[in-house]
Amino acid sequence: MIQQLTILSNRKIAKGATELVCRLPERQEIAPGRFMHLKVGPLLRRPISIADAGDDEITFLFKEVGKGTGELSGLQPGMTLDALGPLGNGFPVDSVDEADHVLLVGGGIGVPPLYYAMRKLVERGVRCSAVLGFDTGESVFYEDAFRALGPTTVTTVDGTAGTKGFVTAAIETEGVDVLFACGPEAMLRSVQHLDIKERYISIENRMGCGIGACFACVCASPSGYVKTCTDGPVFRAEEVIL
Amino acid sequence: MNRLNVELPGLSLKNPIMPASGCFGFGEEFAGLYDLSVLGGIMIKAATRDERFGNKTPRVAESGMGMLNAIGLQNPGVEAILGEKLPFLSNYDTEIIANVAGSTPEEYVEVARMISASPVVKALELNISCPNVKCGGLQFGTDPVMASELTRRVKAVSEKPVYVKLSPNVTSIVEMATAVEAAGADGLTMINTLIGMRIDVRTGQPILANRIGGLSGPSIKPVAVRMIHDVSREVDIPIIGMGGVMEVDDVLEMIYAGASAVAVGTANFVNPYICKEIIEALPGRMDELGIEHIMDIRGRAHGHLHRA
Repeated sequence: MIQQLTILSNRKIAKGATELVCRLPERQEIAPGRFMHLKVGPLLRRPISIADAGDDEITFLFKEVGKGTGELSGLQPGMTLDALGPLGNGFPVDSVDEADHVLLVGGGIGVPPLYYAMRKLVERGVRCSAVLGFDTGESVFYEDAFRALGPTTVTTVDGTAGTKGFVTAAIETEGVDVLFACGPEAMLRSVQHLDIKERYISIENRMGCGIGACFACVCASPSGYVKTCTDGPVFRAEEVIL
Repeated sequence: MNRLNVELPGLSLKNPIMPASGCFGFGEEFAGLYDLSVLGGIMIKAATRDERFGNKTPRVAESGMGMLNAIGLQNPGVEAILGEKLPFLSNYDTEIIANVAGSTPEEYVEVARMISASPVVKALELNISCPNVKCGGLQFGTDPVMASELTRRVKAVSEKPVYVKLSPNVTSIVEMATAVEAAGADGLTMINTLIGMRIDVRTGQPILANRIGGLSGPSIKPVAVRMIHDVSREVDIPIIGMGGVMEVDDVLEMIYAGASAVAVGTANFVNPYICKEIIEALPGRMDELGIEHIMDIRGRAHGHLHRA
């Protein structure tokens, strides 16, 4: 389960977003919404979501916030990266009904796993649309890539790109059967109870082991605590209390 | 000849390596990664009488080469552990040590009585040193009178040998160790985490929801080695050493200091295969250092210092 990834490219693609492309040691199928637990930083691993994967390549998109992600942004092509994973449960891209309309809602650094999920859904012929929220125009990424897959609305808090306001104001639930969402907790809270038949949200949490043993990344649920790493990070919206 | 086997009260260890309590759950997560039967033993997650949900998040924060945690003894309660967790562990050829926690002496006694009756459990680890719960835990581990009284009461009901887990958050750990030895402890496990705090400079507030947490990882290893060294000179009961073990040489250091077996904690979170890897690395490293049997070096760091 520990894999040595080889860095292919590492570049900043927007304000607060660095895209890291790596070669996997072997071809593998990775479900969208799962994550890799990367060995960067002084001691503990860092859980990073997967922005895209195919054949023997994997793409991460992360925001540099501290020691671990700082080290990640310094990796040069040819260097190796110790990755535990893929871990966790992803979005149910294979079980969505082909006749369903899937709405993908992402906020900031929560957008990357939705790109991979949407690409996989569109591959199956599922109708998708996306609403992506960012702070400001400079922090927008992957807009064209999403548009190539389906109708996409971009919002920025300051109005410097797309529609001004929060992502939640731009959501249209009419005719939508399934919701996939990933982003800040406030955004997830506001989409959690939308009038959509099936709602899946991906949550972020400080993690220890990433495999369910340490109980660091728990999240409240109607039946006690669930673990973000192994019960999630993608949950049915009604399974978690945010 | 097995160069790694160690015989301790209640425990016939094929090698001296075991995952530390709270760092390995009840083994299920790791059983998918490697055969748990390679382990000398497993110190399972703390049991309390009733289910505990633990503290709010954030529960962990990195700090240098260490990790602060404040999980808060989340566990399903002793009955669920007996009914659902121990049967799974009975499938493996490894010695199970059950960690017993509580908020009152009565709770410790009841949990010890129940869990020590399980044939799967070979020894108890009396957790009087958890820094992350409001009542009980650490308060029993910092007062030698309370610690020895609790040890005596648990010993009276336990069907298995009792190892007392010592806290480093005391002025004299030797005083604690000799007190619980006199009260009948069969062994010691040490050290638990050191109480610490980290503050987020953006908010000016502690990172952990519990404000304080227990520091573990490589940062605390020299503290553990020193304490094992000091205690092992003063007691006749065996010590299972722990605190920041990341690699095979750390194990040897603890045994040189006086430990008879070694538990691996935080390292399991960084590399889930670490216990197995350390066990596999031990014979080769012992060859390099000219060590025939692992117990040949136990306490060898004591030298011939004259006591003041």
